[in-house]
Amino acid sequence: MVERSEAEQDQPSYNPRIVAFCCNWCSYAGADLAGTTRVQYPPNVRIVRVMCSGRVDPAFVLKAFTLGADGVIIAGCHPSDCHYINGNEKTATRGDFLSEFLEEAGIESQRFRVEWIAGSEGQKFAEVIRGMVSDLEMLGPVAQEVA
Amino acid sequence: MPENTSTEKEKPRIGVFICHCGSNIGGFVDVKAVTEYASTLPDVAYATDNLYTCAEDGLNNIKETIKEHNLDRIIVASCTPRTHAPLFQRTCEAAGVNKYMFTFVNLREHCSWVHMKEKEKATQKAKDLVRMGVARARFLEPQEETRVDVTPTALVVGGGVSGMTAALSLANMGFPVHLVEKDKELGGFVRSLHALMMTTKSANETIRPLIDKVNAHKNITQHLSSHVASVEGFIGNYDVSIGGDGAEPKEVKVGTIIVATGAVPLVPDGLFGYKEHPGIITSSEFEELCNKKELPRLKSVAFIQCAGARGQKVSYCSRICCNVAIKSAIHIAENRDNILGVTEEKAAEAGEAVEEPAAEKKAEEEGSERRRRRRGRGRQAEDGAGEEGAAPSSGVEVTVFNRDVMAYGVENELEFNKAREKRVKFVRYGPDNLPKVSVKDGKLEVGYFHETLKMERTMPVDMVILSTPLVAQPDAATLSQLLKVPLGQDGFFQEAHVKLRPVDFATDGVYVCGACRGPADIAESVSQAAGAASRASIPLANGFVQAEALTSVVDETKCTGCGTCVEVCPYSALRKNDEGISEVIAAACKGCGCCGATCPEGAITMTHYTDQQLLAEAKAALEEV
Ligand SMILES: Cc1cc2nc3c(=O)[nH]c(=O)nc-3n(C[C@H](O)[C@H](O)[C@H](O)COP(=O)(O)OP(=O)(O)OC[C@H]3O[C@@H](n4cnc5c(N)ncnc54)[C@H](O)[C@@H]3O)c2cc1C
Ligand code: SF4
Ligand code: SF4
Ligand code: FES
Repeated sequence: MVERSEAEQDQPSYNPRIVAFCCNWCSYAGADLAGTTRVQYPPNVRIVRVMCSGRVDPAFVLKAFTLGADGVIIAGCHPSDCHYINGNEKTATRGDFLSEFLEEAGIESQRFRVEWIAGSEGQKFAEVIRGMVSDLEMLGPVAQEVA
Repeated sequence: MPENTSTEKEKPRIGVFICHCGSNIGGFVDVKAVTEYASTLPDVAYATDNLYTCAEDGLNNIKETIKEHNLDRIIVASCTPRTHAPLFQRTCEAAGVNKYMFTFVNLREHCSWVHMKEKEKATQKAKDLVRMGVARARFLEPQEETRVDVTPTALVVGGGVSGMTAALSLANMGFPVHLVEKDKELGGFVRSLHALMMTTKSANETIRPLIDKVNAHKNITQHLSSHVASVEGFIGNYDVSIGGDGAEPKEVKVGTIIVATGAVPLVPDGLFGYKEHPGIITSSEFEELCNKKELPRLKSVAFIQCAGARGQKVSYCSRICCNVAIKSAIHIAENRDNILGVTEEKAAEAGEAVEEPAAEKKAEEEGSERRRRRRGRGRQAEDGAGEEGAAPSSGVEVTVFNRDVMAYGVENELEFNKAREKRVKFVRYGPDNLPKVSVKDGKLEVGYFHETLKMERTMPVDMVILSTPLVAQPDAATLSQLLKVPLGQDGFFQEAHVKLRPVDFATDGVYVCGACRGPADIAESVSQAAGAASRASIPLANGFVQAEALTSVVDETKCTGCGTCVEVCPYSALRKNDEGISEVIAAACKGCGCCGATCPEGAITMTHYTDQQLLAEAKAALEEV
């Protein structure tokens, strides 16, 4: 459930924008399953399909923030399920690095997530989006100044 | 970012087809409004909506419109690309548009079906998604799929039962096969075995016909006392150099490779008094003694299962050893001199002929066993008290110390029951209470902790047989490096997928079977070998391999030769050329993009998923409208 924060009541029109890089084989399929099973989630996410989560250059994530994203997700197959053997291991390593880097730049950790979503996890995909939207609604837009 | 490519070249002419999918999309998204919006986007030459784009008339509409409006790239905004992308791509190709000039936008699974109660927001999202598709489409480029010819010859490494079976299957399909065996003879480990489980035929009788067939086959070239010295190339085109004992290396060209190098039994140095007394031997040595007809007369024998396995020298369970022990235990309990070769004279004259009556007896026994099985499992607990049909008690005590008996499958379970009927005792031990083998006054004894009595016991024995696990070949790593295929943590070759691709390596063109991918008995090795041969024959039979044009491309002017990409690629699809610059083997590349995301110089472009295309999409997603 989306909790209504004070920040949000002040700016009722705040609509966080999330870019999700989803791998074709698991997480994109998970998002498909959310659809097939008619799981409803907030319309704030825009999926960019990549073949493997390992395709996502950390620079893409930074660029997305530069371009005004409120949140960025890299979603891939569960550990050891990557269609390309171990692309997601690279994602995990880069994810750790990115989290630290963003944190240092004053971008809250809730704004960037690495998620493992299987093709059978439509519900999980929806939950991830719901969770992030609610986090972002609490946070409000990305602050210009580093705290 | 060079945003102007599209204007410099001929201006793109994008066609957008937005689908109602009946009411699946149309019921929750204002498709007309999205179509109208699409027609205002840059480079969109035409936009329309269809009730069902994937239906015959929808597809025809795409083809006609391409011609009529001279479209050079197509967007279908409908369902998930994971279902219909190939269909629409074919439609594009039929109208003369390269299939890589097609983009899918998912309005159903990712929009209308997940936002069913907020039409306005869903419509806005649909517009955004179409805008993202158009942004991507503007940067699409036609691609040629690489088609590589395949040399219709195979290489099989290892001449055991697996390698021979694989080689024969391929040879019978008509493909020339090079069979490389490091030993001076074919046959592998089975040659050193004596009797086999579940058959009255000896190991030699079983393997001989296979060796004869391989010897006789005109399509098989044998390279004995040889090894693979080097491998260059990729699926369809491997240049392999085969080294022999002192001989000049032979160069062969092959299209696919099967690894069947088997395994070796662990030598249990330092465990259970091994080597401290001639009566402490491994199960492999037991087979050898039988083969050489040198087995002494025995009154009491102890098997120790998992000797060195499951947390001792190796962590895994070697699967076959319980069945091997059961096999030998039965033979000892039956006191079948002819099988065990207890005395030399008898063995010499008896030979294999004596086994015939055994075969009849076996059939009889199997019948009664089945009857017993039907009567239920209750009697299993009785620790194998003999019943009708069981061989007369031979007076040999056989005890199998085990952690638990892995007699998997119906046949093995039957053998297990049979052993119990022959009064073979199965005594459990816990991992913290290993049996202790000691020598007292020159005599062997096994000390163990009785789990039920909770007491230490000792048992005098004439012989201790250590069931040691099969372990990886000591030189497996060398071959793994030559072929660029992985070993798992236990040193066995690792298949592409435990469940779905058990005999493939992740790298196309290389396959695996038998004990080199983990302990396996003969029947399992043979089925795997047949599977691997069948997989390896596909490219050979097709004569070519065609890869999707989703690959990496290295810009050699930017590459510094750091080698990061070579390390990152899970498929060994990158290598350094003579100048130390990275190059892609397009036929081996799967297009995952891991290298592209890692290259510190930005020297790698992923076709059809370029940085430019992906960033254009992300940018369009975030545009304020
Ligand atoms: C004690 C014992 C008893 C057994 N009893 C039974 C039984 O009763 N019934 C049963 O079904 N199974 C039994 N097995 C299992 C059986 O031995 C295996 O299933 C079988 O040997 C597997 O065949 P393979 O061809 O995969 O491997 P191997 O038989 O090991 O053959 C591999 C071959 O590859 C060659 N090789 C290795 N490396 C290279 C290289 N780098 N280059 C070239 N050649 C190479 C080796 O020299 C060998 O000839 C027993 C095993 C043991 C240890
Ligand atoms: S990572 Fe980039 S620079 Fe390094 S070898 Fe590969 S292509 Fe060249
Ligand atoms: S795209 Fe993937 S498979 Fe192809 S070369 Fe790069 S890392 Fe290897
Ligand atoms: S394919 Fe899903 S993470 Fe690699």
